[in-house]
Amino acid sequence: MSAWFPFHGGVKTVRHKTESSQRPIQPGLLPSRLVVPLHQHVGATAKPMVQPGDRVLKGQMIGQADGYVSAAVHAPTSGRIMAVDQQPVPHPSGLPDWCVTLETDGEDHWIERKPLDYRRLHPSDLRNAIRNAGVVGLGGAVFPSAVKMNLSGHCERLDHLILNGAECEPWMSCDDLIMRERAAEIVAGIHIMVHVLNPHQVLIGIEDDKPEAIAAMNAACAGTGYQVCPVPTRYPSGGAKQLTKLLTNKEAPVNGRSTDIGVQCFNVATAYTLHRAVNHGEPVISRIVTVTGQVAHPQNIDALLGTAFADLIAQCGGYSDGVERLIMGGPMMGFALHRDDVPVTKATNCILAASARELTLEQPVMPCIRCGDCVDVCPADLLPQQLYWYARAKEFDKARDHHLFSCIECGCCSYVCPSHIPLVQYYRYAKNEIWAREKEKQQAELARQRHRARMERLEREKQEREAKLRQKAPPSRAELVVVPGTGISERNG
Amino acid sequence: MIVAIFTLSALAGASGLLLGFAAVRFKVEGDPVVEKIEAMLPQSQCGQCGYVGCRSYAEAIVAGEADINQCPPGGNNGIIALAELLGRDPKPLNAEYGAEQPKRVAVIDEQSCIGCTLCIQACPVDAILGAAKHMHTVIARECTGCELCLAPCPVDCIQMEPVAATITTWKWTYPVAEIEAA
Ligand code: SF4
Ligand code: SF4
Ligand code: SF4
Repeated sequence: MSAWFPFHGGVKTVRHKTESSQRPIQPGLLPSRLVVPLHQHVGATAKPMVQPGDRVLKGQMIGQADGYVSAAVHAPTSGRIMAVDQQPVPHPSGLPDWCVTLETDGEDHWIERKPLDYRRLHPSDLRNAIRNAGVVGLGGAVFPSAVKMNLSGHCERLDHLILNGAECEPWMSCDDLIMRERAAEIVAGIHIMVHVLNPHQVLIGIEDDKPEAIAAMNAACAGTGYQVCPVPTRYPSGGAKQLTKLLTNKEAPVNGRSTDIGVQCFNVATAYTLHRAVNHGEPVISRIVTVTGQVAHPQNIDALLGTAFADLIAQCGGYSDGVERLIMGGPMMGFALHRDDVPVTKATNCILAASARELTLEQPVMPCIRCGDCVDVCPADLLPQQLYWYARAKEFDKARDHHLFSCIECGCCSYVCPSHIPLVQYYRYAKNEIWAREKEKQQAELARQRHRARMERLEREKQEREAKLRQKAPPSRAELVVVPGTGISERNG
Repeated sequence: MIVAIFTLSALAGASGLLLGFAAVRFKVEGDPVVEKIEAMLPQSQCGQCGYVGCRSYAEAIVAGEADINQCPPGGNNGIIALAELLGRDPKPLNAEYGAEQPKRVAVIDEQSCIGCTLCIQACPVDAILGAAKHMHTVIARECTGCELCLAPCPVDCIQMEPVAATITTWKWTYPVAEIEAA
């Protein structure tokens, strides 16, 4: 397929992909200690299933999925559990979170791996197996895949199953490399998705600056009917909505889901892990991480989850001069880290040791000159400048009315803003504030109900007591203690 | 101990049921403006405004007896919201009634608690659980931070503690980048 349907806006960014894409994927070294977070996905934190002192095997479940939107967590290698406690994790807050710390024994001893015959399984059993294997979206959003593989209630069958290999973020090349080296296994994963979702069409979107990946995927898809679709190199083509528009010309309604228009979108690396989980019985215990920027040998590493960022940096020959900041994710959508002893999670697609040059966004901020450049590039068709004014003035209702929540935080507006206004920071702030107030409101409403229920209970008890007193002879004063002001009385003794 | 656990869980379950029931059964129809004001108040039920609870304060505002700047837990955001609703000018919080502070919750030192039930009787939202002569505990999730349980405790074993920020409650802050003079 050569035709595509351009989305509104977007920007041409610097690429910086070749720095890390020249070497094949390197296996990660086995560290002596792994710190595995229990919350590596959207949804409820996994429930720990191990205690300090326990011995675990590679692939053994150590955290159980807690509810429908959740995913299990597994031991990335064999060893002994040291602790189940709060440890530093890669998060913009710098706050710790619940983790299982594993002392590795160097034997890398697997549990018994049981491949599944997915064609014979009931779809809901298959989805449970996928949740228990910890499969989540590896593009960075880490949404549990089992949830996305359930269409019930949204549509009968999919029109388009989209595989996202666009990888539009600068510096990143982990999806490029996995498509080049593991195309056949990605396709095996797509077969499983097709089996469950039964789409009319399977489209694999890849930005046209990755000719090797396109060739490898084309070869692997031969005879399957799956279409590899090169798309122009324009950020953010890898946004789910933008890629959907590019490939199908369809746009989900505001506040709607992609399944409303018969589309579901998965990252190519997710398809790979799905294949490993189902056809080999191997849960998600590693992922490919691009380590790039100011390091001696930028490359992609197949790293065990729980490996410290610092270990991966060391494997790449250490930091070069001029590192200003460590970023998880790309320069457009990533966030700065407070420290480098945090562990790789399922969301860690890229570790970027950025120098001042890559941090162009942090130039002196000038007032908005209402040039409208941000409006031209916004792929969500928003009015970023307007949203900025509202967020700045804390006029949250107006920001919401102007579709703040349709903002995908792609950073195109900040990227082009001649006044270097950190626009996305304002949107994140406003979104968080709105969520927090919403939650406060809910809590207040609950407190109001509890208060009312209490008042009514006290009133009822008082009446019941009075009724009883009227029936019986009044007790002597010594027997009854009345607690002043509460209407509660108790029998003494 | 088993008995205590059993009693507590039974209590928790029962109060949940009761709440659901009460919400439906005892729905009070009232002045729509009072309802609207009440919906904006923080529902701490702390009485700092000088009224026995948020609803009484809402009624007093409508009756013209109370001003809109008497609720410390609601703080400045609350006053602005009330001003907007009532078409008045916002004014700063009246310091006579207290100061706005970050939310805290009550924590009972379970070693010292003598199980006297006085705090249970003081809590306006039934957020304290415990049977007579057994140690009591505060359900942190339900505690509004009103501090009404502190005074009645005969052994002073209740403390207010700030709610620690966690990864799930953490928020992006207002951008600090200063605008340079153009
Ligand atoms: S690009 Fe920047 S200066 Fe131009 S209108 Fe948008 S916010 Fe204002
Ligand atoms: S960050 Fe939000 S407002 Fe800015 S261009 Fe992207 S979608 Fe539009
Ligand atoms: S001061 Fe306390 S009781 Fe009065 S309205 Fe505010 S939260 Fe409610």
